[in-house]
Amino acid sequence: MASTEIARQAGEGARAVPLAGHVGFDSMPDQLVNKSVNHGFCFNILCVGETGLGKSTLMDTLFNTKFEGEPTQHNQPGVQLKSNTYELQESNVHLKLTVVNTVGFGDQINKEDSYKSIVEFIDTQFEAYLQEELKIKRTLHSYHDTRIHACLYFIAPTGHSLKSLDLVTMKKLDSKVNIIPVIAKSDAISKSELTKFKIKITSELVSNGVQIYQFPIDDETVAEINSTMNGHLPFAVVGSTEEVKIGNKMVKARQYPWGTVQVENENHCDFVKLREMLIRVNMEDLREQTHTRHYELYRRCKLEEMGFKDTDPDSKPFSLQETYEAKRNEFMGELQKKEEEMRQMFVQRVKEKEGELKEAEKELHEKFDRLKKLHQDEKKKLEDKRKSLDDELNMFKQKKTAAELLQNQAQQAGGSTTLKRDKERKNFF
Amino acid sequence: MSELAVAPEVTMPPGSGGMYGEKVAGGGGPAVDFSYVGIDAILEQMRRKAMKQGFELNIMVVGQSGLGKSTLMNTLFKSKVSRKSALATAQEKIPKTVEIKSISHDVEEKGVRMKLTVIDTPGFGDQINNENCWQPIMKFINDQYEAYLQEEININRKKRIPDSRVHCCIYFIPPTGHCLRPLDVEFMRRLSKVVNIVPVIAKADTLTLEERDFFKQKIREELRANGIDVYPQKEFDEDAEDRMINEKIREMIPFAVVGSDQEYQVNGRRLLGRKTKWGTIEVENIAHCEFAYLRDLLIRTHMQNIKDITSSIHYEMYRVRRLHENNTVAAHANGLPEHREM
Repeated sequence: MASTEIARQAGEGARAVPLAGHVGFDSMPDQLVNKSVNHGFCFNILCVGETGLGKSTLMDTLFNTKFEGEPTQHNQPGVQLKSNTYELQESNVHLKLTVVNTVGFGDQINKEDSYKSIVEFIDTQFEAYLQEELKIKRTLHSYHDTRIHACLYFIAPTGHSLKSLDLVTMKKLDSKVNIIPVIAKSDAISKSELTKFKIKITSELVSNGVQIYQFPIDDETVAEINSTMNGHLPFAVVGSTEEVKIGNKMVKARQYPWGTVQVENENHCDFVKLREMLIRVNMEDLREQTHTRHYELYRRCKLEEMGFKDTDPDSKPFSLQETYEAKRNEFMGELQKKEEEMRQMFVQRVKEKEGELKEAEKELHEKFDRLKKLHQDEKKKLEDKRKSLDDELNMFKQKKTAAELLQNQAQQAGGSTTLKRDKERKNFF
Repeated sequence: MSELAVAPEVTMPPGSGGMYGEKVAGGGGPAVDFSYVGIDAILEQMRRKAMKQGFELNIMVVGQSGLGKSTLMNTLFKSKVSRKSALATAQEKIPKTVEIKSISHDVEEKGVRMKLTVIDTPGFGDQINNENCWQPIMKFINDQYEAYLQEEININRKKRIPDSRVHCCIYFIPPTGHCLRPLDVEFMRRLSKVVNIVPVIAKADTLTLEERDFFKQKIREELRANGIDVYPQKEFDEDAEDRMINEKIREMIPFAVVGSDQEYQVNGRRLLGRKTKWGTIEVENIAHCEFAYLRDLLIRTHMQNIKDITSSIHYEMYRVRRLHENNTVAAHANGLPEHREM
């Protein structure tokens, strides 16, 4: 029989060989990109913020379309998440964009549980992906990824500091999703106040240990711009879908009696920076971070919670399977126990019921006997009565016959004369 | 920033703010055109990421000794990547059993880095009794799948799982000119189910063009008759365009190749070739042999496709099988906790 021998080069690393000519594998990135283009991309954004901060408008402005939906009311009983999916296309790139909005965030009187529904939602998406990954027959290749890649947290432009609701929510979310804080409706703050506000916000975030998403600076091509942008966080944005004529161009702007705030003017607001960072430079990195950091963390926690441990070097492979088997057996044991208990209870109940029924039956029998006796008594009485009536009748009949006899005799005596008379009458005729 | 490629601004009617995006309800809606947002910059981002991460490719060469496997590898990658060149103590003796020798190389071209692993199988088909000589090879391939699976189901798993799965197996058919031997048929039949097989006719310079065509036809017929699906597999064609391209390739397999790592002067140019008394065979001349097609298929056009098929189809099949094996008890169970299948 043949045997194998796997020999590897000394040292784990591979040797570097120079190429003597053009081989052609520099087309690999192109092949990869073409494949991805055919497959399409997907991107999911979560917008968290109080009602009325301009989340929907900002989304419209960012992606330059009018996503549907009317402004929500302020009287929601709890925080709900509404998600909408859109198909966008630019040149040959298809993007499946999902925008998730928090409805009713910050509107309740007691806001302690506001963050819970958001965390639940994010976890549900991770769970769905985990389920798909653990399936036996899985279709990861064509799976529609609904995990949230970026979370835009809208901070109200008070100018002072973060609200406690903001801090609490961001702290809960920072290990689950990439948070990008933005200052909404920033045309309400003046420039000087804005810088102070930003510094205050960043210091508060740092002192509370909230980890917001930092743009990656390890790739030289984008390191420079990313590090500058990191210094501008949080972005102060203004959203607008209305267009105003400035000079001889139509630009997106908000028109006030005292001037116009141009959305795409870098001096007026950081909208352009946000768009750059979110879409044009780091979209892929956001997706990767979601998958490699946040999702992996979730997966690890979930599996450890279920009791699985990693293999140690000399245990058999598929410890997951074994632990699962053990757990299953445990569970089956428990099930059986419960079943036994239930059966016992059932038997007991049946006995009790039987006893009761027997009692009832006995009662019924007694009743029946009583009734029968009663009936018999009645019958007897009636019989007696009937008998006495019969006797009376007989007596009466006797008397009657006796009376008739007497009458006949009397008639006989007088009847012969009647006869004679009759005879004469007959002879007469 | 180079990424800010300016797309022409589409003039829009004032106040409309662009056209409505269709809401998708389980299917695709009509695509929306609007002025430049920058979504297509994601292609550039992907490319950057890919360049940074580098690529991995694992090729296995299988065939009897003396068919020119090592030379062909050297020719394909234009450098000394074969086992004989790499190992200082290159054995010239034919091993008594089938061995699997895997050697990795880091190559770089125009900023694209690739970790190329060449897996050689000396001793295949060389013994007198060749029964089950494919077993060590199948075991090796399955071991690589197993290693990947173990890493994937770990709780603490690495950011990027090292991919040692065999992406492509080049099978060398000796140029007898008649038909496939039973060993070839057996091997290809078994392995086409677990790995992408690319059959090539080795040392094709011993066949004339007519003999070559006849041989190829016989081989194709036999492959079809035995139900052997070699790469590119018909069932994995994704759309009409793919099918067209792949049909052309399927017409040409198996490629008749000649390998050489020596250069000769031909018509004033230095070319790779084999010099004989009656002429010089140019390796990269498609009139002489089909090496160029093989190289284009493997490297320039279908490399990503090969890797995708390995990871999404062959590996998934292995995974399903493996999980089912350990799961026979669970298969009978009812009332499992949640709907988690493991």
